[in-house]
Order: sequence, then structure tokens, then C-alpha cells
Amino acid sequence: MSTSDGRPAIVFDQVWKSFSLHAGQMLIRDRLKHLLRRRRTEKFHALREISLAVGHGESVAVIGHNGAGKSTLLNLATGLCRPDRGRVEVHGRIAALLDLGAGFHPDLTGAENVRINAALLGLARRDVRQKFDEIVAFAEIGEFIHEPLRTYSSGMQMRLAFSVAVSVDPDILIIDEVLGVGDLAFQAKCRERILRFRQMGKTILCVSHASATLQDFCTRAIWLDHGRIVDDGPVPRLLEAYKTAMSPRAVYTTG
Amino acid sequence: MKWRGDYLYLVQNLVLKDFRVRYRNMSLGVLWSLLNPLVMMGVLTFVFTRIFPQSTPHFPLFVLCGMVPFNFFTIAWLSGTTSIIDNAGLIKRVPVPREVVPITTVLACCIHLMVQILLLLAVAMFSHKGFNPQWLWLPVLWLLEIVFVCGLAMFSASINVFVRDTRYIVESAGLVLFWLVPVFYSSDIIPKRYIPIIEVNPVAAVVVSLRKILLNGQPPAVSTLERLIAVSFTVFAIGLIVFRRLKPRFYEHI
Repeated sequence: MSTSDGRPAIVFDQVWKSFSLHAGQMLIRDRLKHLLRRRRTEKFHALREISLAVGHGESVAVIGHNGAGKSTLLNLATGLCRPDRGRVEVHGRIAALLDLGAGFHPDLTGAENVRINAALLGLARRDVRQKFDEIVAFAEIGEFIHEPLRTYSSGMQMRLAFSVAVSVDPDILIIDEVLGVGDLAFQAKCRERILRFRQMGKTILCVSHASATLQDFCTRAIWLDHGRIVDDGPVPRLLEAYKTAMSPRAVYTTG
Repeated sequence: MKWRGDYLYLVQNLVLKDFRVRYRNMSLGVLWSLLNPLVMMGVLTFVFTRIFPQSTPHFPLFVLCGMVPFNFFTIAWLSGTTSIIDNAGLIKRVPVPREVVPITTVLACCIHLMVQILLLLAVAMFSHKGFNPQWLWLPVLWLLEIVFVCGLAMFSASINVFVRDTRYIVESAGLVLFWLVPVFYSSDIIPKRYIPIIEVNPVAAVVVSLRKILLNGQPPAVSTLERLIAVSFTVFAIGLIVFRRLKPRFYEHI
């Protein structure tokens, strides 16, 4: 169910996003103090004036140092938060692998967790019944599927979460630093699955620090620095430029 | 972005999750739902028939008609209030419609409520106050209470994201209401000028109506029902409006 009616899959139009630095203080005492002193809240600008368009079938990597705004960009695209200014548009069904197993509970069995997470990702009862065996098979969990999740190794949990997420059959796949899941064999399987995704003409937006992964999956890269887009272009060129800028010898000033 | 999915399946799964998580680590399981009201019924019956003797007939049934709606109210409201914070992982990582979180939390408490309702009906049968046609009102009353608690939970859950003390206010409110709702006394002994306090309170309305149905075999008073409907749906609407207003900012505050 592709929705390529000429519109890009993801559009950011002059997007600004900031976080208030005092958001951590949330007791009545802090609120009152704040009200009485009327001091201006300090803001941290995670994204500044971001404009970009990702076409259907494009696979785009977001690179940049820690705190450059990569995750915020992905969260905005996923619809978890709203921009302060500007517009975010998404056309197509999204599946986001932001944090594998966000809806997982350690006391429930693998099977129960699969159903809950599939429902959270928007699958209907019928789809889940149909895809359940496939999900379990892909994760290579075997008989453990009826054991509580806390008995799983972290690799097994990751494999299960990844299997659920890719079973949704989204138009747009958003991935945040989660591709190092499982052992080498499973990583190869994930890689193959994601490449198949690309071949099917789906859109991919991902963040990773592993340049090998990025070169594999993505054709285009967007380089963020302190919330601004520094550069936007083909992966090899940007990775090269990014590496040069990040190397300790480079004189690097932030703007 | 709009979440496209199967709401019913999602709600069912989340309710079951809440229920399973709560009971899987309890060796007595659902029996806990029976134990609390039974113990409270025993203690209150002892106090009000032996220490402060009262003339209320069928005191155990009488007090249980107060305990069951009151217990559900306090537990569901409190767990609904903390639901957004408790499910921070979900709110921050999954673009699921946020309203689902407090509502499924309240609904999960309904499983607990159902067990207690069965206990209530069993005690009613046991007290030689068997089935009467007025029992058909019971589902209406429970539904209205659930609507009321859902509204209240959405309201307090969204406030709790911004002012974390809200949950303690809710806890204290529960303690205060134990005395203001006629749980262990009859609404008949309330002086006239204080009656409005009871009448606008949906929990009190449910308690009073339950007693009429189960003890006297009478239908709930029309005026009580009218107020119950009006207040429940108004609170639900206000809760939903406040929740919708505040939910875009949840992400930054949890």
C-alpha cells in the first residue's frame, strides 16, 4: 500500500524544536517559584530551521555528533512530538524502531509481548494471527516464546522486537541506532530484511554511528550539527567530510 | 501523524497486559480482589454492630454496597492518574494515541471490579435479598461510574505530567472521600443542608442507588440518575478536553 501520489514521504518545512531546560522540575514548589520569579526559561534548541524532503523509496541516513538533534528529528517524523515552529508532514504508514521493545514487559511471555507490541504498532487482530508464526520464526526464539521475557538474553529480546517491527509492513521505516541487534548471523538477517525493504521501494530514515551500516542501507545522508543541517548529499562524500571534521586533529569550532 | 490501527484490539491487549502484570506475581491471584472488601466488610461490620451498634439491617451487605464502588473509584482514579508517567516508555517511543493509556488503565481495574461485583451479588443472595428485576439497573450504574472515573483519570493524568504532586493530592482525596461518601453510614442521616454535597458526587449516587436496588428492591431515584448522568458525562468531556489540550506537551515533560 504505497502512497506515492507525487508527494514526498517526509517533509520538514522550517522546523524548529526546543526543549525547556527546567522541564525536570515538576513539583508544586518549583512551579510556584517559577511563577513568582517570572524568570525566562532557558531553552535548548534541538533543531533549528530544518527543511528537508525525503522522497518515496529514498533511504536517508542522519549523521552528526551526540546531541546534534538526530533523535529529535526522528521523533518528530514519527509523530511523537510536535515542532515549535514549522511543519512536519508524513505520507504513508510509519513503523519506528526507536527503542526496541518500548512496550515490552519482562513478566509477560514472548508471545504476549509480541501481540501487545504488534497492536501498538497498529496491526489488527487478523494481521497478528496471520503473521505470528512468521514473527517468531524470524526472531529464532523457538520454544522460549512461551517463557517470560525476563528469561531472555538481551540479544533474544532485541531479535523479537525487531521481528515485530518489521512485520508491520510500513511504507516508511524509521530506525534509531538499533541495528546492532543480536549476533552476527542475526545482524546479517536484519541487513537482508532492510535491503529487501529498500528494493520494495520503501522509504528508510535512519540514525547510526556505524558507517558500514550507513553505506549499506542509505544512498543519501543529512549531516546535523547543533540542530542545523550542515550538508545533505550522497553517503560516501558526507561520511568522508564528517570523519574529517570529527577527527581530533581538525580544528573544529561550533557555531 | 494519525495513528492508524485497530483501537479495539489495542485496548484489549493493553487491558490484558495490565491485568496479567498485576496478577502474575500474586500467588492468590484474583482472590486478592475478594480479600480486601471482605476484610473491610468484616471490620466495619464489627465496629458498627458491636462497638457503635446501629439499627441498619443487613449491615454487611449495606457496607459492601459502599465499599465496592468506592474501592473501584479510588484504585482506578489513582492508577489512571499515574498512568502516563508509568508508561513513559510508551509515550516517548510509540506514536500510540495517548488517550488510550489512562482509559485502558481504568478499564484494567474493571476486571478487579467485576470480581467484587460478583462478591456483592453473592452477599446479596446470601442476605435473603435475592434477585429482583431492579438488578437490571446495575450495569447502567457501573457504566456511568466507569465513564466518570475515565474522565477524572484523563484530567488528573494530564495534570500529573506537569505537576507531579497531583498523585498525592489524588491519594489524599481518596481518604477524604471515604468519609464524605456514605460508605459506612446511610445517606438518610445526612442533614438536609449537606445533601447537595452527596448529590453531585457520582460515587455517592452509585452507592445510594445500589442500596435501593439490592436492599430495598427499588429502582434508583430519577433525580439521582439524572445528576449521575449529567455529572459523569460532563466530567468525561472536561477530562477529554484538558487531556487533548495538554497531550502535545507530554513528550517534553516526561
